[in-house]
Amino acid sequence: MLGTGILKGMVETARNFVGSYTDEARLTTVEYPEERIPLKEATRQFPFLVFDGDDAQKGMRCVACQICEKECPPQCIFIVKSKDKRTDYKGQLQFYPATFDIDISVCMSCQICVEVCPFESIKMDTEFELSNTDRFGALLLNKHQLAKSNEHYREIHPTDAAESDAVIAAEKAKAEAKAKADIEAKAKAAAEAKAKAELPAATVPVPPASGQV
Amino acid sequence: MRNSVVTQTTLELMAVTESPSPRQYEILPKLDASGELAGDLLEVAMGPHHPSTHGVFRMDVVLDGETVVKLKPVFGYLHRNHEKIAENTSYLASMPYTDRLDYFCSLTNNWAYALAVEKLAGLVVPERAEYIRVITAELTRLQNHTCLVGFLLMDMGALGTPLMYAFREREKILDLFESLTGARMMCNYMRFGGCRVDLPPGWREGAQKIADEYPRFLDEFENLLTGNEILLSRTQEVGVLPRALAINASVTGPVLRASGVDYDLRKVDKYGIYDRFEFRVPLGDHGDVYDRYMIRILEMRESLKILQQALKGIPDGPIIDPKTKLRGFRPKPGEAYGRIEGPKGELGFYLISDGSPNPYRYRVRPPSLINLTVLEDMCLGHSIADVVVILGSIDIVLGEVDR
Repeated sequence: MLGTGILKGMVETARNFVGSYTDEARLTTVEYPEERIPLKEATRQFPFLVFDGDDAQKGMRCVACQICEKECPPQCIFIVKSKDKRTDYKGQLQFYPATFDIDISVCMSCQICVEVCPFESIKMDTEFELSNTDRFGALLLNKHQLAKSNEHYREIHPTDAAESDAVIAAEKAKAEAKAKADIEAKAKAAAEAKAKAELPAATVPVPPASGQV
Repeated sequence: MRNSVVTQTTLELMAVTESPSPRQYEILPKLDASGELAGDLLEVAMGPHHPSTHGVFRMDVVLDGETVVKLKPVFGYLHRNHEKIAENTSYLASMPYTDRLDYFCSLTNNWAYALAVEKLAGLVVPERAEYIRVITAELTRLQNHTCLVGFLLMDMGALGTPLMYAFREREKILDLFESLTGARMMCNYMRFGGCRVDLPPGWREGAQKIADEYPRFLDEFENLLTGNEILLSRTQEVGVLPRALAINASVTGPVLRASGVDYDLRKVDKYGIYDRFEFRVPLGDHGDVYDRYMIRILEMRESLKILQQALKGIPDGPIIDPKTKLRGFRPKPGEAYGRIEGPKGELGFYLISDGSPNPYRYRVRPPSLINLTVLEDMCLGHSIADVVVILGSIDIVLGEVDR
């Protein structure tokens, strides 16, 4: 009979309409600014720079190696390497970024910078409410705006942060072990040198004797 | 057994090359000797900002009253230089750009590109990654077809209802994508020789839930639409694409299968691990809009079968080939063509490597663009309202057409 298809469809619409008052699965919308869906752990928006400790600029992990700048697909990162060096958490002398800008109006949130970074220093933020009346200046983030603490990172991506912390701890332990070994080696070398220096005193007559032969 | 089908298709292809392009609804265009319009024909530029063109796309339509006499698709408004950009960046840096080709199906785009690079560099994808790829690709197909049906109905004047129901279901799949890849649409998930991250805890259960619940939604959707008399009268016998023309114009995907040609790369190429799954390829009979609509619904049901099997069979193990390198990736000189059955048709990436970190040549074979070439043949003789529906049934995305 003509019209049964439409009636069947109407029944379906009615079921959805009534269901939207009773069934969670049929009413999936939320009243956004008041009510928020919790973010997924993997969510990514724009990059930020991780720092350890209290001072954002001193504790920044970035060593201005410029790999992310080179690999960034839309070329939205701009880095100027510092002239001087400073010691990092491993106790090594490293450069630091004198300028680190990310133009988030160009950034496409692909997280390739995060993947290629060998120093666990650039990570993805989950902040998405970034609308601004200034189209240009406000969307060009400098290193002061980009710096966020490791605690913040732990908060937004707990699993990834734990992995990253483990990597850092391992690196640090390795560096410390190496430093310790270095100190020991140095001490040993010093002791040997000292011993050597003392040794001639004990056997002074021998070398001249052999030298004369 | 499938091989015989391939040969048959190839033979058919050779056989029909000679036949002229048939136009079923041919109306003599009222053009004078110099090709100008004569009489009371009207030329209308439909688009580029027409809401029914699914993006910035223009159709220069010549109308006799309401009947289409001539149609010329004009595109390029969304050209973003994708291929040239890819030739000037590293292999890895092109991966996020492939998301932006067909922005509904970023995961299948990723897969096609990864497949081409893997062929080029000789990388082997671990078992678990293959399964993840199949699962994500089938979820992508589900959400793409769901949306397409919603949009198609929107084009027919069913303002809102089917589209909203479609988007409600699509959201669930996008949530899964977000918890896996970090982004809802621009996933950038696959890497050469595997995938970027492993499945987070609870993801598999979520995907299983979708695979279990989706048939119910499809039943509802079909109750709402398939028997609807308005839909039937708007779609049946509208925009017929003859089998021979479909093959000749190298149309692929659901549009080709709706015309009755058994050609699905998942069966023909068996890329990835598709030979392990049991599923059928739905075929149309008439090649009209209704068949193209129905093919999508049936394909979704087959996708669900694949999903069920893949979710059951997914093994543990690594997700990426240890030989792959993120930085300094330089495949040996050579060329490769990787193709997959995307939700819209055959999506292929052709790469030539000269041993440098950038591809020497990077070419995309976009299914949307090539399927669009038969638009005029399908539209001639129909009214302008049908043009909208026919265009909707081809399922184009302008990001992919214009690149």
